[in-house]
Amino acid sequence: MPRTGESFTESSTAGHRALRWWPIALVIVLLVAPYSALPVPGLLDGSLGSPGSLQLIALCLVYGALATGYDLLLGRTGLLSFGHALYFATGLYATDLAMLELGFPFLVAALFGVGCSTALALLLGSVSLRVTGIGFSMVTLAFAQAGSILIQRNPGGVTGGEEGRAAPADLLPGSLVGIENTANLYWIALAYLLLTLALVRWTVSSPTGRVWEGIRENERRVEVLGLRPYGFKLVAFVLAGGLAGAGGVVYLLLTGGAAPQAATSDATLALLVMVVLGGSGTRWGPLLGGALYTWAAHRLGDLANSAAIADLPAVLRVPLSQPLFLLGTLFIAVVYVLPGGLAALPARIRAARTGSAAAAHTPEGGSA
Amino acid sequence: MSTVVLLICTGLGLGALYFLIASGLSLIFGLMDVLNFAHGALLSIGAYATWWAGTEGGLGFWPAVACGTAIGTLAAVLLELVLIRPLYSRPRDQILATVGVGLAVPALLTGVWGADSRPFLQPPELSGTVHVLGAIVPANRFVLMAAAAVLLLVLRLFLGRTRYGLVVRAGVEDRAMVTALGIDVRRAFTLVFAIGGAAAALGGALGGLYFGSVHPGQGTSLLIFAFVVVVMGGMGSVTGAAVASAAVGLVQQFANYYTAAGLGDLSVVVLLAVLLLVRPRGLTGRLA
Repeated sequence: MPRTGESFTESSTAGHRALRWWPIALVIVLLVAPYSALPVPGLLDGSLGSPGSLQLIALCLVYGALATGYDLLLGRTGLLSFGHALYFATGLYATDLAMLELGFPFLVAALFGVGCSTALALLLGSVSLRVTGIGFSMVTLAFAQAGSILIQRNPGGVTGGEEGRAAPADLLPGSLVGIENTANLYWIALAYLLLTLALVRWTVSSPTGRVWEGIRENERRVEVLGLRPYGFKLVAFVLAGGLAGAGGVVYLLLTGGAAPQAATSDATLALLVMVVLGGSGTRWGPLLGGALYTWAAHRLGDLANSAAIADLPAVLRVPLSQPLFLLGTLFIAVVYVLPGGLAALPARIRAARTGSAAAAHTPEGGSA
Repeated sequence: MSTVVLLICTGLGLGALYFLIASGLSLIFGLMDVLNFAHGALLSIGAYATWWAGTEGGLGFWPAVACGTAIGTLAAVLLELVLIRPLYSRPRDQILATVGVGLAVPALLTGVWGADSRPFLQPPELSGTVHVLGAIVPANRFVLMAAAAVLLLVLRLFLGRTRYGLVVRAGVEDRAMVTALGIDVRRAFTLVFAIGGAAAALGGALGGLYFGSVHPGQGTSLLIFAFVVVVMGGMGSVTGAAVASAAVGLVQQFANYYTAAGLGDLSVVVLLAVLLLVRPRGLTGRLA
């Protein structure tokens, strides 16, 4: 029986049927957000439609999409890659540098950036997939670290080293520059998210997606059936790499430049945390986890620099001023308390309420 | 000539540091299938505990190193008992838990002592240089080499001559069979974590000597090269890790000197890629 990875598999009552429409309702809310002056105290600083809020929501959407793309590897194919940030950073830097160094117009540069990240994913993926299991994780990590070091070292003054490089405002379309055009960037982020969701959903339900599922559950068995997993895994790796590159392009627009933090191993680990937090291998989990993580990291960052924290005793001040510490701790808690992530929560609550012995069970990517 | 000798000594010193980290990593992985991302955190804990004992605690250098190693060992045992053991038979979740620790500990260290590098105490007897074949080599390189050699010897003796070593080796080969024979491998897990943690913490303490300073991100950056060493040497093989760490340290130093700075780190990754293309199972032919 194929598992769809949805937490609403056994919804019977009308209430649950209504719940199925929440993604569409959410999209409608996101579509009207820029035109709304709704204050959301606590969650956001300004009103919903203010540039600052839109910027933060757009970042949440981009990371939600990145996590969804990363989950192609982790939750769908069972590949634990520790180097995904490299492809994101490639899209980011290649687009930026194509404009700065080669003088490409933005659209050409964006295509160039996505092309670069896809090609790099193809090249490095074909090498790293020669090893399986944990070896693969370590190799992807090593490649990504090499890329990160290269960006930091600033070869020929191209990458700008620690500083990064700001995007050239004169080469970008006028409608994508400046704070008054934040809404346009928000649309682009939303479009990227919808594109990622559609692409992931389509590929996962395709014959290739079925093979990915097989590889996740038992790679040996796929081999016995006469299929070579290597090719299928490479397709997943290249697709995820290309999607990450496209995310890098959107991120470049949103933040107005390329910074080396995008390529660090911490950036990949953040993606991993997002996916696990939301629920790997589920349709909405990675999106949820990515958005929630990004929002929490930003709000905690604001909190850390606030005056209220500075007056606390050291025992409270130190952990609260380090968002990564809180997120790391939260992550450990999720691994323990919520196997299957947030996406498994409704099913767990239902199971607890009905008292059924059938505990919530969501597909765990590649846990053999 | 003297340049080559200096580079060899420095490269071997760096390789020794990698071995201190990678040996524990390799054993933990071979036995438990856990990719321990918290290993870098253990190294940082050892480095900071040594630094703290030396500056705030007013201990001498060697007692401080002993103190740092002890605290690192304790942290490793706690990590295994509190976080890893309850997730027994869920290797993927164990990895995720160590990722969380690997994120949280450096952040906590940053919160307590700031993100900047702290100068590391240099004992007078080690701040000098040694003349080898006309080259002038800093003495602390030899301390690292000696520590790595002793660790290798101890691990070989432990794995080859003791009952627990036998259990660990058998567990690396086939954990299910060892369990089926009625041997409690969990005690061996804790022991391997303790050994790995002690080696990593010692690596942190001596790494502070090598780099002359400690900072919260040190463990993480070294950890990645340790991963490379583990893959090259073959998972779970201590001897393979020793050979691979020497190779990686030497390649890094020579490439950094004879080509542009920073290419050393890249050349290590290229070396790894070539090795994987030629021998997907690492130097010692163990399956990942």
